Amino acid sequence: MMKVVEGSYAIAQAVKCCDPDIVSAYPITPQTHIVEDLSKMVADGELKAEFLTVDSEFTALSVLVGSSAMGARSYSSTTSQGLALMYEVLYNVSGLRMPIVMTVANRAMGAPLNIWNDQQDAVGARDCGWIQLYAENVQEAMDLTPQAYKLAEDPDILTPVMVCMDGFILTHVYEPVEFLDHDKVKQFLPPFKPKVTLDPAHPVTIGAFADPSYFTEYRYLQQEAQKKALGKIGPIAKEFNEIFGRYYGGLIDTYRMDGADAAIVTMGSVVGTIKDALDEMWAEGKKVGLVKVRSYRPFPVKALRDALKDVSSIAVIEKDVSIGNEAGLTTDLKSAFYNTGMKTPIIGFAAGLGGRDITIQDIKRAGTKALAAARGPEEEFEFLTLRKEIL
Amino acid sequence: MGPGSTQVTKTGAWRTFVPVVDQKRCSKCSLCEIYCPEGCIRRVEGMFIPDLDYCKGCSICAHECPRKAITMILEEK
Amino acid sequence: MIQEQPLFAPGHRACAGCSMPTVVRLVLDATGPNVIVVSPTGCLEVTSTPFPESAWKVPWLHSLFENASAVASGVEAILKRRCQDTKVVVIGGDGSTFDIGMGSNSGMFERGHDIMYVCYDNEAYMNTGVQRSGSTPFCVHTTTTPSGKQSLGNPKPKKDMPAIAVAHRVPYVATASVAFPVDLRRKVKRAAELRGTSYLQINAPCITGWTFDSGATIELSRLAVETGIYPLFEFVNGKLADVKKIRPRPITDYLNAQGRYKHLFKAPGGKEAIAAIQAIADENIAKFGLAQE
Repeated sequence: MMKVVEGSYAIAQAVKCCDPDIVSAYPITPQTHIVEDLSKMVADGELKAEFLTVDSEFTALSVLVGSSAMGARSYSSTTSQGLALMYEVLYNVSGLRMPIVMTVANRAMGAPLNIWNDQQDAVGARDCGWIQLYAENVQEAMDLTPQAYKLAEDPDILTPVMVCMDGFILTHVYEPVEFLDHDKVKQFLPPFKPKVTLDPAHPVTIGAFADPSYFTEYRYLQQEAQKKALGKIGPIAKEFNEIFGRYYGGLIDTYRMDGADAAIVTMGSVVGTIKDALDEMWAEGKKVGLVKVRSYRPFPVKALRDALKDVSSIAVIEKDVSIGNEAGLTTDLKSAFYNTGMKTPIIGFAAGLGGRDITIQDIKRAGTKALAAARGPEEEFEFLTLRKEIL
Repeated sequence: MGPGSTQVTKTGAWRTFVPVVDQKRCSKCSLCEIYCPEGCIRRVEGMFIPDLDYCKGCSICAHECPRKAITMILEEK
Repeated sequence: MIQEQPLFAPGHRACAGCSMPTVVRLVLDATGPNVIVVSPTGCLEVTSTPFPESAWKVPWLHSLFENASAVASGVEAILKRRCQDTKVVVIGGDGSTFDIGMGSNSGMFERGHDIMYVCYDNEAYMNTGVQRSGSTPFCVHTTTTPSGKQSLGNPKPKKDMPAIAVAHRVPYVATASVAFPVDLRRKVKRAAELRGTSYLQINAPCITGWTFDSGATIELSRLAVETGIYPLFEFVNGKLADVKKIRPRPITDYLNAQGRYKHLFKAPGGKEAIAAIQAIADENIAKFGLAQE
């Protein structure tokens, strides 16, 4: 059933279809509408979940540590400052191998305080062991929710997942979406069957401390689980497509890469604008293609090498800065190429920071620079939309 | 691994002093059993016996015994 | 009084003579095995679960230092959802309870979860080497409030955590001591049977941090109670319901028995400090009506 609803409501609808046992909620713009909508669903008896309004985001995720240890399917959503406040718990959840799914409405990190979209929050947390999947539009963000649970709860994976959607751009937009059919989701996503839970009949200790003789192996197993996830993200998306008829790519997706001279690599909602910009560029004879990174962690090294092997230059457009170096996706992509024979120049652009619009003109400028970089990059990394006049 | 698996670690190796119970003086009040941090003084056939596998020799039992029935002696190893 | 099979096994790494394992065994003896225990980081967590060993014979969960109440809230929410009659018990130290976990505790208290919160109160951050916490009493020497040429130790009073719990409308708030096990057991049972939140704060001396001979642990706690400096009381639905009556002993009996107050007997200004501590004890005795007639 197609409906025109606010992005946040669509996410709440998708979460509802996943039948979570518990939702923990703390307000922070721009994800608040998601938890508000969920609370209304609970209040009206449409969603039979425990709904906890808690005292901070730190508590919001900590509550889910407890519920996940009880074998309950657990959900929360947050953004920038809230995600940062949860930072300690992020590592705790992934280390304890808890299959929690959390929507992150990507927003800039303060200071300066800024409530608008960029991806600094999640990209800045890329080392903490969570799987990170980025949505191009509201429908994909909805569809990613049951896919995320299916991936997280897979006994070979048991890794928490962030479903990343650009704050305001996707949470507050009204666009037509296809609501998920609850029965079909039940068919796609079986009930959570945990191996280890807290049960007085079979006591276990969860969260022991590991001294140097045990710690490394834990990290190794987490790394191996993410490697396995590389092999599951695509098939899960394909299986979803078979039931729901929608596919947005597996680990990556591509647009106009056939015959492209240069490529733009990016994540998130800017993909939509880039597709429009590239259509214009091709009409002008500028053959620039797009590679959309859907899974940022685990980082799809092989898929990216494969997709980008034929272009002469690459530009990364991303909504974060690794202050003191370049930016997350740029650095990760360069590292993916380094040990291969591929000598393709890769330049990086920080754009859209703090919610600044990325226009078609901006993208065409980046695309033109990408084509030029084939002759050797002039500047390796720059701020795409810098207002020099106010510096 | 598993519930109570710390029992593989015999903390009795820690002690310097070992408790000796004068069973004739003992009034079976069970305060030693209650206070022992290791929970290793147990009633065995009506008598309170410290489990020397775990006893760390802290001397709380000797200190608290109302009948002064427990003495700590330097353990010869 | 003690169960045949203790739910907290020996072999744990607590110091010889530590009061904390005794507190844990007494609590679990009173609750029985139908519990899920959540602990924050601290002496208890570290000494009881060195992977791959565990002293716990009940389900036990540890997450972080400051979120035990939050984690317990999640456990309790699912137990309630499943209509499962298992008690959630948080057992944590004062560092977590009084300071870093305050936010988490406040939220859990005001949401009214069916959780028994047990704080083993050794009055400092002991696991990290005896630093001052919000629970550290006036003039105590810790590594971050050391006595010195210009210091008499901790300049701040002990945070009144039970009053904070009462202010949150926690239905059952009580203090107890490892030296009064029958009283402790009664309070634990009362909290366990309650359908609602409870806060139990248990005086638990620390040999390493307070500096005394390992055998004197129980004696120290007894002195804390009998001098009035650590009053034992129960608040039920916000009203003082019961206290443990004492024949008050002079505070110097208590201060003299441990190293963390020793500097007061030598340093200039020490006499006045001791008098001030006596005044705190006297205030407790008056406020709670502790003196036996």
